[in-house]
Amino acid sequence: MIDCQLHIQQGQFVLDQHFQSDQKVVGLFGASGSGKTTILHSLAGLISPKSGWIKLGGQTWFDSAQKINLSTQQRRVGLVFQDAQLFPHKSVIKNLMFGFNHISPTQRQFKVDEIVELLKLEHLTGRMPIKLSGGEKQRVALGRALLYSPQLLLLDEPLSALDAAHKAEIIPFFQKIKQNLDIPMLYVSHDKAEIEQLTDEIWYL
Amino acid sequence: MTMLTPEEIDVLKLSCQVAASCLVLSLIPATLVAWVLARKEFWGKSLFETVVFLPLVLPPVVPGYLLLQVFGNRGIIGQYLAPFGLEFAFNWKGAVLASAVMGFPLLVQSIRLAIELVDRRLEMAAKTLGASSFGAFMQVTLPLASSGILVGSILCFCRSLGEFGATITFVGNIANETRTLPLAMYSLMQQPDTETAVWRLIILSLSVAFFALWFAQWFNRYQKNKRGYST
Repeated sequence: MIDCQLHIQQGQFVLDQHFQSDQKVVGLFGASGSGKTTILHSLAGLISPKSGWIKLGGQTWFDSAQKINLSTQQRRVGLVFQDAQLFPHKSVIKNLMFGFNHISPTQRQFKVDEIVELLKLEHLTGRMPIKLSGGEKQRVALGRALLYSPQLLLLDEPLSALDAAHKAEIIPFFQKIKQNLDIPMLYVSHDKAEIEQLTDEIWYL
Repeated sequence: MTMLTPEEIDVLKLSCQVAASCLVLSLIPATLVAWVLARKEFWGKSLFETVVFLPLVLPPVVPGYLLLQVFGNRGIIGQYLAPFGLEFAFNWKGAVLASAVMGFPLLVQSIRLAIELVDRRLEMAAKTLGASSFGAFMQVTLPLASSGILVGSILCFCRSLGEFGATITFVGNIANETRTLPLAMYSLMQQPDTETAVWRLIILSLSVAFFALWFAQWFNRYQKNKRGYST
């Protein structure tokens, strides 16, 4: 399913890793500062590894030997940030529609209503992001990424900014997505229990 | 207060025409330069920056004189433009050019600070949602920097209204052509018994500047409210 060999160099920081998995939902576990976010950003095409390859299913996204390096747009990945990163000048519904509007109707796997219902966002669609709680923001960010119909969903510690109560509130949504939607996911966290609960296989960094 | 005299109306119209043209001319290049300075690292960046901000610290007569040498009818560039009917010396287009050079750094600096304040991860988020680099800039960076762009525009507009040294050096002080508010005041002050007329122009300048700044404040509040910052 996913196969990557990464050699990344960013200033003093050097990272050399090989990961491979046939599971749908993979966890990436490591302490803070171990390069988890760097790996996600290279999978998303936001940074380019020095050498190696990134393959998903039958596609090659990056291969230094063959000089292949697809742009972020071509890879169509969904990335959910630690702190949501909702567009502060757009209402919830406009945030949700951002990625949806960037793909052609044939690429769309989900309907807007479907995702809004799944993530229980009905009463929030008209609000501005600043009026949302941390958990609500994260649900909107998740919905925004899903509506982009990503080929791979990257979750960068999506629960780490939330308190225990909000975590408990949002975990069922992740489980629902995992069961109901057919999207490969890479879930990054430094919380062992959380990652074991949500993923089928864990990579250690 | 009595209504404006026809001469005052002409001066005000010309001043606004010059300032507005200066802003329209500068806005896109300034945004581009501001983005480059805010987001890119390249060899010679500090030199480039110094050149952009130079007019801010030079005596305005210096850029005015240099403009005359370069864009005058026999200037290095001006001599090639003149046959196409594009003349700058001693007409209002030259006044626009002079105030554009002087206002440019103010515009660039405000927009640059505003762009630097936009979280780059929001641009990343836009890109991971299918936007191109340009699309992310237009849909995320620019709207979030809009208050800085407005403040810069007002500063540039007002700088242009107040531009004196570079203008008088480059294009002189010709009624209905290059005589903007400060030049008109200067002319009046050279003549006897013009106190009332000078005061009227001073009040006019104060009003224009006051309303421009007031509008900027209002717009910032409006934007914050729209994003839900205050209840």
